[in-house]
Amino acid sequence: MEIKIMELTKTFKDRVAVDQLTLAIGQGEFFALLGENGAGKTTTIKMLSCLMEPTSGDAIMLGDSIVENPQAVKKKLNISPQETAVARNLSVQENLEFIARIYGSTKQDAEQKAIRLMEMFGLAERAKSKGRNLSGGMERRLSIAMAMISEPEIIFLDEPTVGLDVRARLDLWQILLNLKGQITIILTTHYLEEVEALADRIGIMHKGRLQALGTLEELKHQTGQIKLQDVFLQLTAEGEST
Amino acid sequence: MKALTFAQRNRKEILRDPMTLLFGMVLPVLMLWLFSMMSENMPFDLFTLEKLAPAIIVFSFSFITLFTGMLIGRDKSSSFLMRIFASPMAATDYLIGYALPLLPVAFIQMSACYGAALLLGMPFTYDAIPAFGLLVIISFLYIAFGLFFGTFFTDRQVGAIFAIFVNVTTWFSGTWFGLEMIGGTFETVAYLLPFAHAVDAVRAAFAGNYSEVFITMLWVIAYTVVIFGVAVWGFRKRMRG
Ligand SMILES: Nc1ncnc2c1ncn2[C@@H]1O[C@H](COP(=O)(O)OP(=O)(O)OP(=O)(O)O)[C@@H](O)[C@H]1O
Ligand SMILES: [Mg+2]
Repeated sequence: MEIKIMELTKTFKDRVAVDQLTLAIGQGEFFALLGENGAGKTTTIKMLSCLMEPTSGDAIMLGDSIVENPQAVKKKLNISPQETAVARNLSVQENLEFIARIYGSTKQDAEQKAIRLMEMFGLAERAKSKGRNLSGGMERRLSIAMAMISEPEIIFLDEPTVGLDVRARLDLWQILLNLKGQITIILTTHYLEEVEALADRIGIMHKGRLQALGTLEELKHQTGQIKLQDVFLQLTAEGEST
Repeated sequence: MKALTFAQRNRKEILRDPMTLLFGMVLPVLMLWLFSMMSENMPFDLFTLEKLAPAIIVFSFSFITLFTGMLIGRDKSSSFLMRIFASPMAATDYLIGYALPLLPVAFIQMSACYGAALLLGMPFTYDAIPAFGLLVIISFLYIAFGLFFGTFFTDRQVGAIFAIFVNVTTWFSGTWFGLEMIGGTFETVAYLLPFAHAVDAVRAAFAGNYSEVFITMLWVIAYTVVIFGVAVWGFRKRMRG
């Protein structure tokens, strides 16, 4: 198992955001993390990407602990944050090259990668546009491309398709399907059709705890529901009564 | 290497904001010109170019604090900082990357103000060369304040704090009037802060009174080290969430 999460917990003052999360994700797996607003998805991603120290627990990412050796973990992953994060006064191409270079690419290498990704994300025409002049969806695409340019072994996509138009969303799905099996993808989203189209396995979080885990079929079987939406509603309602 | 890549990004981010240049260069030069005109009708010598130009250069450095603080504050609020915190850059890479691009800005400000002072009739002396060196050291104090504000406050708060900061730095440094004119507690407080020492040191250096430079610079350097230290501590803390 390349990601092994062990009783990972994060507490803010007296609010438990992530509660004893234990979970393993395999090499090249496409894992979807679902949950209502405030369930703890982003907090989990922040801990796994070494942006936040866990209150307790640990996770081993490709052999390195996020607590003991975050610097080694960081080299292997990249993240597309929930809020788009691009440099305002840099052009699309400069943004991409900048990220490639802080992950260790040479100048030429960074340039080639940037060109390839702009092509892939339909940003080639806007190569010279400044970050602050992009539309919301363009900015989102750039933000995802920036997460991919370092060619990470593990990528975290926190609600990547918010604000994308229909074609851009389908294009992103295709890009992700092509990457499937090669790198480990951890995705959070509130669009369930996305999960059905892409995910190998689904984890449903509720109030910081992992409520359910399995493939789409397994979850359907477990709940006796036919649609993922009903699976989701049932599993997140059950937690309410406990 | 990573620090330099990051510094390059920050340089672009700062210099591509035209307001930056406008405020950082034009305002100090304008002040220099206005006050030197006033000095012609003044009975005392505070606004002679020899006293005014060094103080105005130090005044222009307070914009460095603004640029640094705003840049970091904005990177925080746009979660750009979060994205690069996930990268393998080390804490020192960030601090070098944020501080380095401000040195050429400081140099341009120094040159603009000094050039304007020469045009307005200040005589050239070779003492200007070591004085420039001194100014580079002093610019680190203002960079450190920028790192400090940017680390602990949001970009909006930095804007508000700057309004206070620029007043504190000028009023308590004897830029617009002599501190001994007021004296008392005001003067005591002013000399507990680093700004008056910075202005005194630069004035002394431009005048060639090097014996006066040493003690005043100790104040400036001590403050720089402490503020830098606190900023680094806060920044590292933030990196760990
Ligand atoms: N820095 C913080 N300080 C205090 N509380 C926080 C902080 N970050 C998150 N929380 C709290 O932790 C809980 C989980 O938040 P998180 O952002 O992980 O949710 P999420 O599942 O990503 O939700 P969404 O779908 O809305 O993005 C929430 O109750 C939130 O208020
Ligand atoms: Mg979230």
